[in-house]
Amino acid sequence: MLIAAWAIEASACYIYLRDEYAGCRAMLERELVALQRDPPCALPPILLRRGAGAYICGEESAMIESIEGKRGMPRLRPPYVAQVGLFGRPTLEHNLETLYWVRDILERGADWFTAHGRRSRSGLRSFSVSGRVVKPGVHLAPAGISVRELIDEFCGGMLPEHKFYGYFPGGASGGILPAALDHLPLDFDTLQAHGCFIGSAAIIILSQQDRARDLALNAMRFFEHESCGQCTPCRVGTAKAAVLMDQPQWDQPLLEELARTMEDASICGLGQAAPNPLRCALRYFPQEFAP
Amino acid sequence: MTLLTPDLAQLTNFKLDGQAVQAGGGETILQTATRLGVEIPHLCYKPGYRPDGNCRACVVEIKGERVLAPSCCRAPSEGMEVSSNNERARHSQRMVVELLKSDLPAGRSPYTPRSELDHWSDFLELTGTRFAPREQPPRDVSNPAIAVNLDACIQCGRCVRACREEQVNDVIGFAFRGAQSAIVFDLNDPMGDSTCVSCGECVQACPTGALMPAQPLAASVADRSVASACPYCGVGCLLNFQVKDERIVAVEGRDGPANHSRLCVKGRYGFDYVHHANRLTKPLIRREGMPKTAALVPRAQLSRYFREASWDEALHAAATGLRELRDTEGPAALAGFGSAKGSNEEAYLFQKLVRTGFHTNNVDHCTRLCHASSVAALLETIGSGAVSNPVEDVSEAEVIMIIGARPTVNHPVAATFIKNAAKAGKTLILLDPYRADLARHATHYLQFRPDTDVPLLNSLMHVIIEEGLENTDYIARYTEGFAELKRAVAEYSPEKVAPICGIEAETLRVVARKYATSKGSMIFWGMGISQHVHGTDNARCLISLALLTGQIGRPGSGLHPLRGQNNVQGASDVGLIPMVFPDYQRVDDPQVRARFEALWGAQLDPNPGLTVVEIMHAIHAGRIKGMYIMGENPAMSDPNLNHARHALAELKHLVVQDIFFTETAGFADVILPASAFPEKTGTFTNTDRRVQLGRQAIQPPGEARQDLWIIQEIAHRLGLAWNYPDARAVFAELRLAAPSIAGITWERLETTHSVTYPCEQEGDPGEPILFQTGFPTASGRGKFVPAAYTHAAELPDSAYPWVLITGRQLEHWHTGSMTRHATVLDALEPEPVMSLHPLDIREAGLHAEGYVRAESRRGALTARVRADAGIQRGTVFIAFCYVEAAANLLTNEALDPFGKIPEFKFCAVRISPALAMPETPAFETTHHA
Repeated sequence: MLIAAWAIEASACYIYLRDEYAGCRAMLERELVALQRDPPCALPPILLRRGAGAYICGEESAMIESIEGKRGMPRLRPPYVAQVGLFGRPTLEHNLETLYWVRDILERGADWFTAHGRRSRSGLRSFSVSGRVVKPGVHLAPAGISVRELIDEFCGGMLPEHKFYGYFPGGASGGILPAALDHLPLDFDTLQAHGCFIGSAAIIILSQQDRARDLALNAMRFFEHESCGQCTPCRVGTAKAAVLMDQPQWDQPLLEELARTMEDASICGLGQAAPNPLRCALRYFPQEFAP
Repeated sequence: MTLLTPDLAQLTNFKLDGQAVQAGGGETILQTATRLGVEIPHLCYKPGYRPDGNCRACVVEIKGERVLAPSCCRAPSEGMEVSSNNERARHSQRMVVELLKSDLPAGRSPYTPRSELDHWSDFLELTGTRFAPREQPPRDVSNPAIAVNLDACIQCGRCVRACREEQVNDVIGFAFRGAQSAIVFDLNDPMGDSTCVSCGECVQACPTGALMPAQPLAASVADRSVASACPYCGVGCLLNFQVKDERIVAVEGRDGPANHSRLCVKGRYGFDYVHHANRLTKPLIRREGMPKTAALVPRAQLSRYFREASWDEALHAAATGLRELRDTEGPAALAGFGSAKGSNEEAYLFQKLVRTGFHTNNVDHCTRLCHASSVAALLETIGSGAVSNPVEDVSEAEVIMIIGARPTVNHPVAATFIKNAAKAGKTLILLDPYRADLARHATHYLQFRPDTDVPLLNSLMHVIIEEGLENTDYIARYTEGFAELKRAVAEYSPEKVAPICGIEAETLRVVARKYATSKGSMIFWGMGISQHVHGTDNARCLISLALLTGQIGRPGSGLHPLRGQNNVQGASDVGLIPMVFPDYQRVDDPQVRARFEALWGAQLDPNPGLTVVEIMHAIHAGRIKGMYIMGENPAMSDPNLNHARHALAELKHLVVQDIFFTETAGFADVILPASAFPEKTGTFTNTDRRVQLGRQAIQPPGEARQDLWIIQEIAHRLGLAWNYPDARAVFAELRLAAPSIAGITWERLETTHSVTYPCEQEGDPGEPILFQTGFPTASGRGKFVPAAYTHAAELPDSAYPWVLITGRQLEHWHTGSMTRHATVLDALEPEPVMSLHPLDIREAGLHAEGYVRAESRRGALTARVRADAGIQRGTVFIAFCYVEAAANLLTNEALDPFGKIPEFKFCAVRISPALAMPETPAFETTHHA
């Protein structure tokens, strides 16, 4: 962070930490004091801001609003945060994972890092795996690994009595893929063609005991709950979609019309991606909707 | 929708729906489209407001972009290809409108025929909605002015921007998240319990009727809309009267130079007084033998005291009484009070009537009671009694100093621009014994002790001179008398003054430095400065401060005494004051007099006449015996009312011309039913020196007549052969009498609505900023007139230990004759209250929701207790609009020796708990019939 601050001549650094991470915060506060007591270089002001736990504050401009003391609501682009960001100033935002790797790459060299990887992807990724596997949790794995390999090599396989059925490749908004697509490389930009993305690499493994439509509805309710309420497609769209998806028969044409507007006209990624699970459920799990 | 004129210097070429078009600099896609007549649905966008881009009804496709873009927020770039009506854009526009409509009551808006959502739904040919509705919140009708129908809310946030960014009242908020998102007032309080000031900006902004005037008529479709002005304060807001079936049903803000479509609660909701059943509709003559005493005549007993008469009989009686006194007792036995609420034409004709019909200069009006001392100081020092810069100049200033004024209450729309400036980072310095809401926006708030204005201001000048911050060049070039000022303020060091005024010395120093060294500093002041026996001294200090630092004569740099009434500036300008003819030309100047004698074809009294309070004294002394009072209410507005009412009762002949049976009318011999503001056309001059046109919207009720007609009928019966067919004819003569407005033509007023004077030649643009190169004084220089610390006429003592400050409140105007007859305003503030500091309430043994009796050496009253932490300890505040508890029963008629203004802002009282309001036969509740 200090290197980035030096490179762009930042006048201040802010760290935004969800307040759920109380243990991390204690460590961070301790280390910040230590850093300030024995600085390796001239330090810019470093301010630790506690987030109140809104999902949307992971969106970079909503985070900026939150740091400014306002409601965490995404901003319209343009202008981009690199032009007009925190308190109106050009702002560089990094996520923690990016910064985490900097030290290892500097110390062990880029070759070490890029030596990892499968299917012509390079580097290491943290996958947060949950669902029907023996060993859920955060697993460090090569970029480009397939979900089948991830389950077998890192997660101890499927739970007994559970047969792999499908997966969320990237959190609630990354879509849902069926077991038949278990060979796709998991990495940035590799899932777009399938209507999905890896996002935060929070992978949820489904089994035959799960139904994609139930999980899509669950995801839609999550978005309804986490929508900041600013724009119509997301605020009203997620609520209306959840009602439609709670029906025994989905009104598929209407849901598709709605999904199109949510994707096309929402202000931020939350609303734009909110229909992904719904669309994937319809696309990859048609058997669940058979009359 | 307002069409912007594009900035031709910075054109951007782009394609809109296949057509090559050009956007001006700063124009958004939506603005360009609208200008070119291409309709794009939009809901959260309102011209003039910051675009927010949240509703997404205006999304368009931009070639090459992944998602649609909100056309209200996007500026086109060179070569951009925009589709507003292709399948993709229309799909989302329709879906957005359908989603919003699905959550509103089915069908068209039940609240307004002007729903923008319905309009765009029709435009997009939507026929219904396919989504289940949300759960609806209950209606909130807790505010008498505004109904909250959140079942029609689309969360577009226009009301939030209206409340927070335009009017800066910070009441409306956007709370909760997602589908639970809701518009809330304060901490989700009912609107009526919140700190809402009912300005109605949110109602004007709401596109769906979720916020509507509480009065149901406002939802009807008007027969016509009449472009006019607001009848209340000196800000001079322009507005439209919505008329249906010859009644005003609603008022909306119009884009005038002083208000930019904003209004306050009085202007927006205080209009139905004109339709009140208590309006005078027939001339009245006092019945034979009905005695006049100092007691008020209750309206319920009106017919016991007065009988109806024909206009002929009433005018004959009115004029005969005046003529006989003139002819038997001499002109000096007569006097007239005109009104700052009337037009320039009415004021002009009224003073001309007194001067050429009564043959005296005994003509005055309530300017005497508000800014007479300010005007005296301004004329004495810089040769001009009006403001140097308009309110809007706050956007040019770096430092805004406000002293002795509560603009959020008394000039609410001007206050919004001041708050906008504060939010934009200007330094706001507020000095006032009362901590008003505006203090929240102030960089520095100085709660100084009442009566210590002069030492406080002298200490600021002391610091400026001591620290060498005075503007030496300016002083040398444009001023005189600096040496005397320097000597005078030398003894007012901040350290010495701090214990006197209760402000720390360092704060005084900081404020002095900021004022002196900014690129532009403006001073606003109100009656907290002027209504003292040292009011002229107070104003002199403010003027000296500006001269000392050269903070005058530039944009954002000047002096602005906030004028109170809608036409107090104009009434003064046209000569409704005893010592000057129109344009402040002195009556005792033989050359001036000769000019007016030629213009008016009459011989004129060379002696300055008496002022308001002097006239009351002269009645007591038996020197004045007859009066003509047009639209003023001295039985409520004068100090020491028992004295004033005694005086009115002593008059041999009193003619009162008004729209209601005012407290003053009870003392009349003849009452002439007159016209209210919307019932006539005329010009009105606001606090910024803008001459603006008020247009007739409705007819006067019954036999009530227009004031210009009444004045002329009296004139005819006093032997004057006048014939002014309308206001325009009077204005034409006024231009000959007042050189500063000679260049303003009626045609220009009709087309532009507002022209700033000085405008001496036809075609002059009008000069908003005065004194750019010196002053209209004999020497061309501004004069320092030093002032020494003197005290109020009556200081608190052990018998009367409290200080009484009188003033006004937001909802009521002046003596309440209009606003207490306005349904909404009377419902918002229905009874007299006395404000005290909460700790004082406890210490004085008062009940927090009980009553308090206040007595001065001159009178007593009872009012309800109101806790207000903004009130300084040891002081109490009462508004003077309540006849049941007329504040001026207590006030002291001691006068400032120069301005002849009474000391409304300071007298000594004692207070005690009271059990209830006494029975007041004089007052009848004014509920709408």
